This record gives sequence, structure tokens and C-alpha cells, in this order.
Amino acid sequence: MDARIGFRNTKSILFKSVIIFFAFVITIPLIIVLLYIIKQGITQVNWHFLTGVPKPPGEKGGGIANALLGSFIMVMMASIVAIPVGMLAGIYLSENPRTKLAYYAGLCVDILQGVPSIVVGIVIYVWAVKPFGGFSAIAGSIALALMMLPIIIRSTEQTLKLLPDSLKEAALSLGVPYHRVILKVIVPCGFAGILSGITLSIARIIGETAPLLFTALGNRFLSTNITGQMESLPHVIYNYATSPYDDWHDLAWGASFILLLFVLTLNIITKLLTRKWKIQL
Amino acid sequence: MENTIVKAENYNSYFGDNHVVKDVNISINKNEVIAVMGPSGCGKTTFLRGINRMHELIPGATSKGKILLDGENVYDMNAIYVRYKIGMVFQRPNPFPNLSIYENVVAGYMLNGIKVSKADKDAIVERSLTSAALWKEVKDSLHKKGTFLSGGQQQRLCIARAIAMQPELILFDEPTSALDPISTSSVEALFHELKANYTLIIVTHNMQQAARVSDRTAFFYMGELVEFDDTKQMFTNPKDQRTQNYITGRFS
Repeated sequence: MDARIGFRNTKSILFKSVIIFFAFVITIPLIIVLLYIIKQGITQVNWHFLTGVPKPPGEKGGGIANALLGSFIMVMMASIVAIPVGMLAGIYLSENPRTKLAYYAGLCVDILQGVPSIVVGIVIYVWAVKPFGGFSAIAGSIALALMMLPIIIRSTEQTLKLLPDSLKEAALSLGVPYHRVILKVIVPCGFAGILSGITLSIARIIGETAPLLFTALGNRFLSTNITGQMESLPHVIYNYATSPYDDWHDLAWGASFILLLFVLTLNIITKLLTRKWKIQL
Repeated sequence: MENTIVKAENYNSYFGDNHVVKDVNISINKNEVIAVMGPSGCGKTTFLRGINRMHELIPGATSKGKILLDGENVYDMNAIYVRYKIGMVFQRPNPFPNLSIYENVVAGYMLNGIKVSKADKDAIVERSLTSAALWKEVKDSLHKKGTFLSGGQQQRLCIARAIAMQPELILFDEPTSALDPISTSSVEALFHELKANYTLIIVTHNMQQAARVSDRTAFFYMGELVEFDDTKQMFTNPKDQRTQNYITGRFS
């Protein structure tokens, strides 16, 4: 009997060691990628790199200001559309989970989330690039907004579903009209969760190249014209990295580093904000 | 009658095809404490939620008949206005977790977008918390979140929130069932004081509580209002056999 208990203990210890080992193993690729990009990219980053625009091939230097500005403009435009629409749809799904509309809308959200980003790009190309005769930042923003929507809808829905019904009843019993119950009680109580969904969706789309290849394409000059072509961070990386020039490859690493920095910062901000605004129920 | 505040006339409630409250006729006077008791599933909570039209918020829930508030049928009034006029306290304390104690008390004004001056708000908060016997305990932490309070304090905060709207009538849905005995007695003590200014209808499945706090008691069984009488009378000399059985513990 003693031997058998000893054997069981050994099995437990073995099992624990295995899960700890793999938990550790999965962090290795991430750390390697991070370190490599930092090592390659950090040397490229200087004032000129952040404020300059690309130089013609053969000339030294060049920056990514056009890509930074372009990414910023397109992510902003996408957010302005996707955040309110996504939140409202998410509120509907969490408030009316048993309706037919909620069922089909939910299904569409799941499918939209699974659509490959390049397919989103092609579809927007057909809808918003071809009819208007050229690539544009607007088309790029539409593609990005489409990719943000499912994330925002689902995170809003999941967050609000976790709130107890008693909260809504408390407000309704005070004679508060439904729209005020939602806007003044339900949404503020779920704010941390909704916000983390929004920042995660931004972190997701800021690195998307495929939908922009067919829509905003790219622009070698600093541009704020949203009806024309516009550069973006992932696209500038793609362009520099696939070029035949070594110094352009270095610029691609620099841009990758900046992009990575954005995504990491967004994730950290999300964590901090959700902790700060987390509401104790 | 001049003194009547709530009157139900042939009131029925349904959940889909399930007939939960059957043909209830009851008349409740001003400044009375009414206990509504009965076994689980007898329709007492459903009846209570019919009075301020919270019942109909549940999908598939419907009702028939009249409930008169000061002589006016609440089902002919705007539901939002009815709920605004009638206070309600729930089974579990449900202060708004995103608001401070102070904001919770004036939530009825804030959430409805009613403009109230700072001085008036201060007065409402102090008066309501004092009436709810909570002022002394929280007056130094008014701007902390309401959810930091103990369960009993939270429930009294919810009572203060209802009082702040100056309703004539406050509905209590098993207000102490989630509280410990000490918090329960503090809430019960409150009922006696609130009686002076408000009419209280208290749903409870606790007979002793009904006996302790109420002037008159309504006994519900299987959706029917079996007996409605003076609390003393009902507990000492019930008229209906079913009431007798319930009180003597033959079923619960």
C-alpha cells in the first residue's frame, strides 16, 4: 500500500513538472522574437526615423512619419465607426439573447471574426476601391473597422452578460427609462471590460497588412488626404522588407520595433485601465 | 375609501400559461405595514411586482385586472412613472457598484436626469440615510463606493435610495432573506420608524417576521389571497383552515 501511494505521489509530481515545463516553453518563442526585433530595430530609431519620409532608393536614411500618420488616421477613422456600432450591437445581443435576430447576428459576428483578413481586403476592394476609381484611406479604414467589429461586439456582449439582473432592476424600480438604465448604469458598470475589448481590437488591426494591401495601398509621401492612398506601419514594413536594398531592410526592422512597441503599450495600458476601473460587484 | 392607497381589483398574473396570481382583491391603507406571507411559489412576490409593474419586465409575463394607486389604475399609467412613484427594495442588496454611497442615495434623481442643487442633494442624502438608520455609520465615508458596506448596511442603503424619492409606498421583496440575524433586526426596527411617513408592503416567507413587523397580514396560497386580516387576529385566530395549517407549520 505504501509503495502504491509513493507511486501515486511520483505521478503527481511528474504531472506538475510537465505542465510547468510547457508553461515555460511557450514563453520562449515570444521572448526570442521580442529580443530579436528589439536588437535589430532599436538601433534604427532616432528623431529622423520618426519624423522623416522615405528617401528614393540609393539615398541613405529615410523615415516612417508617413506610415505613423497614416496608421493613426486610419485606425482613428475605423474606431470612430466601429466602437459605437460594435458597442450598440453588443448591448443588443446581451439584452435580447433569445431573439431570432440575436441568434443570426451572433452567428454573423462569429463568421466575420473568422473571415481571413485578406478576404476582407478583397471585398472592400470590390466595394470601395473599384467603384471610386482608386485606392484610398477611407477604403482602408472600412476594412479595418470590419475587422474590429466582431471583437468589440463580443467583448461588450460578454461583459454585460456577466452583470447581475438585480442591477438593472434596481435602476428600473427607480423609474429610470430603459435607455438611461443602459447608458448610465449597465455600460458604466461594464466599462472596464468594454474598454479592454476596444483596445484589444485596436492592437489587432494596427498590425494588419492584408486588408490594407487592397485598399489604402501605400504612399511614399506624408499625406492626410483620406480619399487618396495612404501609408501604414505594417505596409511600410512589407515594402521595405521585400525591397532588394540592405538599408531598407534595416528600416523595416525599425518599423517593426515601433509597431511592436505600440501593441505592447496598448496591451499594458489595457491591463492597467481595467484594473483601475474594475468595478467590485 | 379616503384612506386607501393601494387597491387590487380582480388582479391576475401569468407567466406564459402559468396562472401565478389568481383574482386577488385587497385594499391597503395609508401608513400601514402589510406583510405578505405564504409558502414558496404562492405568487406573493409576483403580486408585489405587479403593483409597480416590474412583473411585466420578465419575458412572457402578463397580467389582468386593476391595481389602483390613489384611485388610479397603474396599468393605465406610464410604467416608468409608476415605478418612479413607488419605491422598491429587493431580496438581495443591490446598490449601484459604480456609484458612491452619496450618489447611490440620490441615484433616483441622477439617473433620471433631474437637476437638484448641491445643497438640496446634501439634505436629501442626510435625511434619507438618517431615516434608513445608516447616517451615523457612513457619514464620514459618503464618497466611498456603496459596495464596501456590509450586507445589512447595503440593504439599508437601498432603503435610503428608495426613501430619497419620497414615495408614498415602498415595496419590500423578502428584504432580509439575504441578511444575517443582526442586520435583519436592524432592518426590522426600521420598518416601525418608516411607518410614520410611508406605507410598506413586505413580502416575507418568515412568519415570525410577519408577526413582528406588520399591522395586517395577507396570506397567499397557490396564487390565491386566502386571508387578509389584523396580524394579531390572524396569528391567534385564523379563519381559514389553510392559514391555520400554515401558521401551525403543517406545511411550509
